[in-house]
Amino acid sequence: MKQPITLTVNGEPYELLVNPTDFLVDVIRDQIGLTGTKKGCGIGDCGACTVLVDGKPVLSCLTLAVSVQGREITTIEGLSSGPELHPVQQAFVEKGAIQCGFCTPGMILSAKALLDRIPNPTEEEIKRGIAGNLCRCTGYVKIVEAIGHAAELLAQEETHG
Amino acid sequence: MAEKTFRVVGTSVTRKDAPLKARGEALYADDIRLPLMLHARVKRADVGHARILRIDTSKAEALPGVKAVVVGEEAPIPYGIVPQMPTEYALAYKKVRYHGEPVAAVAAVDPDTAEKALDLIEVEYEPLPVYTDPKEAMAPDAVKIHEESPFPANIAYQAEQEFGDVDRAFAESHYVLEKTFRTSYVNHAFLEPHSAVAKFDTNGELTIWSGTQVPHYLHRTLSKVLEMPMQKIHVKVPKVGGGFGGKGEVSNNELIAALLARKAGRPVKLTYSRKEVFLQHRGRHPIEIRMKIGVDRDGYIQALEYDGTMDGGAYGGWGVVILFYTAAMLHLPYKVKNVRFRGRRVYTNKPTCGAMRGLGGVQPRFAMESLLDQIAIDLGMSPYEIKKKNAIDQTHETVSGVYVRHSEYKQCIDKVVENSGYLEKHRKLPFGRGVGLAGGYYISGTAYTLYMSYKPHSTATVRVDTEAGVTVYCGATDIGQGSDMVLGMMAAEKLGLPFDQIHVVSGDTTLAPFDLGSFASRVTVAAGTAVCQACDRVLEKIFSVAAVQLGCRAQQLAVADGEIYSVFEPHKKRMGFWEAVERYIDANGPLVASGEFTPPRRTGKFKGANIGHSPTYGFTAQVAEVEVDTETGEIRVVNYWEAGDCGQAINPQSVEGQVEGSIVMGMGQALFEQVRVAEDGRLLNPNLHDYKVPTAADLPQIRTHIVDSYDPDSPFGAKESGEGPIQPVIPAILNAIYDAIGVRFTEMPVTPEKVLEALERRKSERS
Repeated sequence: MKQPITLTVNGEPYELLVNPTDFLVDVIRDQIGLTGTKKGCGIGDCGACTVLVDGKPVLSCLTLAVSVQGREITTIEGLSSGPELHPVQQAFVEKGAIQCGFCTPGMILSAKALLDRIPNPTEEEIKRGIAGNLCRCTGYVKIVEAIGHAAELLAQEETHG
Repeated sequence: MAEKTFRVVGTSVTRKDAPLKARGEALYADDIRLPLMLHARVKRADVGHARILRIDTSKAEALPGVKAVVVGEEAPIPYGIVPQMPTEYALAYKKVRYHGEPVAAVAAVDPDTAEKALDLIEVEYEPLPVYTDPKEAMAPDAVKIHEESPFPANIAYQAEQEFGDVDRAFAESHYVLEKTFRTSYVNHAFLEPHSAVAKFDTNGELTIWSGTQVPHYLHRTLSKVLEMPMQKIHVKVPKVGGGFGGKGEVSNNELIAALLARKAGRPVKLTYSRKEVFLQHRGRHPIEIRMKIGVDRDGYIQALEYDGTMDGGAYGGWGVVILFYTAAMLHLPYKVKNVRFRGRRVYTNKPTCGAMRGLGGVQPRFAMESLLDQIAIDLGMSPYEIKKKNAIDQTHETVSGVYVRHSEYKQCIDKVVENSGYLEKHRKLPFGRGVGLAGGYYISGTAYTLYMSYKPHSTATVRVDTEAGVTVYCGATDIGQGSDMVLGMMAAEKLGLPFDQIHVVSGDTTLAPFDLGSFASRVTVAAGTAVCQACDRVLEKIFSVAAVQLGCRAQQLAVADGEIYSVFEPHKKRMGFWEAVERYIDANGPLVASGEFTPPRRTGKFKGANIGHSPTYGFTAQVAEVEVDTETGEIRVVNYWEAGDCGQAINPQSVEGQVEGSIVMGMGQALFEQVRVAEDGRLLNPNLHDYKVPTAADLPQIRTHIVDSYDPDSPFGAKESGEGPIQPVIPAILNAIYDAIGVRFTEMPVTPEKVLEALERRKSERS
C-alpha cells in the first residue's frame, strides 16, 4: 500500500507516493529523477549510492525512503548550489580522480562528509574514510590525492570566505 | 631521440567528462528514461546443466502489467564475438549450460510486476551432469555441453605450436625448472552493472543505448539475432561505468531488451543486478599451466614449454582468441628461441570466461616471471640480471614472427630497479618483508578483425565549421578510460587549437564512422592515427586557401595557437585559423575530411598465427614490496614501483591513472579475488561483499614512472598503457612474498589461510 511522504532533497521538498519497502536510491532516481546517485550493487557493498542525510554519508540502497522524512538529504546534484563545482568536485576533476565516473558521486559525498568531520585528514584517515566506496578504475591513488587537495581548497575558502 | 615539442600532447588537460561526472550530470544507460518505457527482468535457470523440456509462460503473460514475455525459441540464432564459432543464444535454447542462465524474460510496467511475473513462469528440465572442473569435463565419457563441438569431450578448442628445436635446447640447457601454476576465476567487478535501453520506432528502426565497449559488434549481433538489416539499427553508447573487457562482447541483456521491445512495441530497459553481472561474467580464464624453462650457464633462456588448460565456462565468447594469446604471450618481452605451446580451452557448466584486462597475458606472465625469479635465485643470480639479460632490444622479431618495432623494456627494468632500490633490498630484508620484480608487455591493438574483412579498423571524420567549431567523429568508444580526451587532444595538437575547442562524437554507429571498439588497447594508436590523418587532410584544404591569401606555398604553412603561418616568415606571413576556415568554406563549401587506420598485416604458417601481431607494443617493469604477518598470515603490499614504456604519454595524468588502476586490480587477483562455485554450478559469492575487491584501505604507496620513449611510427609517438601494466602485478607480488618468507606460491589468491598453512608446512619440514 503506497503512502504519501515528503522528502527534502537538496533543499527542495518533494511530495511522493511510496511503498514502505521502497529504498531511497530508487525513489531518488526513479521518482525524483536525480540520476546522479548510482546503484552498483543494491545491497550496500559498493558505496556508489552514497548520499548525505543530515550531513552524514548513508547508503541509499539500504535506507528506506519512509525513514528519512524530515531529514536533509543531499545528493551529488545538490552539493554545489550555483554553476561552480564544489571544492571537493573541483579537486576530483583537477587531480584526475575520475575515470568511468560511476563511483564518483558516492565517493565525492563520502569525501565531503569526511572533510566535514576531519578538515585536515591524514592519508590514512582519507583511506579509511572512503574504504566503503569501491572504485575499480583509478586504484584510489588519485582519489586520495584529490581529497587531500580538497582539504586545502576548503581551507583556502575558509580563509578568504 | 628527436626533440618533440607539443602544446597539448604530453600535458595533463582536464577531461571534458570529468566535471559532468563529478556533478552527477553524466548519463549512463540506466539513467535513461523514455516515455512508455517498460522494465525487464530475467528468469534464470536453477540447474547447472539440463535439457529444457517445457517452458510455460502463460500465467506470467496473464499478469496485469506484463507487456511481453520472451523465451529462447523466439531467437534461435546463435551468436558469438568470434563469428565463425557462434555458441550462445539470447536466452537458453533447448539446453541450459550454467546455473543462472537466462531462460525467459519479462517486460512489465514496473520492475516489481516484472519480478512477480518471473515466479509464474514454469520450466521443466531434464538434468544433465554438471561439470565445474575442466578435468571432469574432459573425461572421455563426459556428456557434451555443446554437442556440435568437433573436439573430443568438452574441449572447446585445442592447439599446438612449436618453434625451434625445443627438446634439443632443453637437453643442452644448463638448468631446467618446471612448475605447475593455477590462476583463479575472477570477475572485472566494474562498478556499473550491464544496462541497455532498446526502442523500436514506428518505422521499425531499433535504437539501443547500452554501456558496451563494442558498439560495432553489438550492431552486427543485433542484426543477426533479430534478423533485421544493420541499416535499421542504431547503437548509441552513453557513459560507460567501466568495462575492463567485461563489456567487450555482446551481453544477453542487450539482446533481450531488444527482443522484448520489439514484442511489446514499447521501449524496454534491462539493467542487471550485481549477481547477474557475475552470471554474465566474461572474467579471466582460470588456467592450469605447466611451464618449463631451460637456461644456459649465464641465465640466457634456451627453451620454454607451456601446457595450459583453460576453464572456459559454458560458452565460447572470446575463448579461442584468448587461447592463442596465451601462446603469443610466451614470446615477449624476453628473447626465447625455442618454444613449445600446447593449450586447450574446456567447456564447463559455469558462467563464461572471456576478455579481461590484459587478456591471455596475465596467466602465462605469472608463470614465466615466477619461474625466471626462481631460476635466477637457484643459479645464485639476481632476478634483475636474468630479466635484463633476456630482455628484448629496441626492435625485435620473435621466432613466431611477431615484429616489435619499438621497445624501451630494458629502460623500464633499469628504472624500476633504481627507483625501488630493488638490488639493495632483494634477499636482504628481514624475514616477513620482501621485494619482487616482474616485467610485462601488451599489444596496442590487433592486426586482424574477428571476421574476415579488409576494411580499415578505425576511421574518423573531422568537420571544421565556422558555426559549430571542430568536431571529431569516431566510432571509438570511451568506456571511462578517456579515449574521447585522447582523440580530442590529438586533434587539438594537429589543428593548433586549444583542447577545449574540440568536440568529440564517439560510440555511435549512426553518427560516427566505423571503429572496431575499445579492446586490445587499440584506441590510442588506431583511432588516434585515423584522427590525425583526418586532421592532416583538413589542414591540407585550409592551407590551400591560406597559401593564396598569404602569397606562399601551402607546403610552407604550419599551424599553432590558432594561427596559420609560413615556417620561413612566421612574423610576416600569418593569418588566423578561423579566418582561413571561413575563406575555405566561402569558396569551397563544407570543410570535412576523413582518415583511417589499417594495421600492418603479419601472419605465419601455423594455427593461430594471426594472433599476437600488433602495430606496436607497450612495456612495463614493476617491483612490489610486501610485508607478511607471520602470526595472522596477512599480506600487505606496502610499496609498489612501476616504470612503463607507453611511448609518448598523450596525457600523463591519464597514463598514471591506467597504471595505478591496473596495479590495484592485479593486487586484488593476487591476494583476494575469487569467484567460488558450488558443485551444482551455483555461484557462492556473486556479490561485492564476499567477492573481495581492493578498497582504499588496501592501497600501497604507488610510484609510477613513464620512461623516455617515442615510437616514431605511432601518432605522436604513443603506445598502449591500459593493459600492459596489469601483466606483471601478480608475479611481482608473489615474487615479493617468496623473498619475504621463502614460500613460492603457484596458486592465487594468496590468502592468509594459505600463508599460515605454508609457514606451518615449512616449519614441520625443517624440524
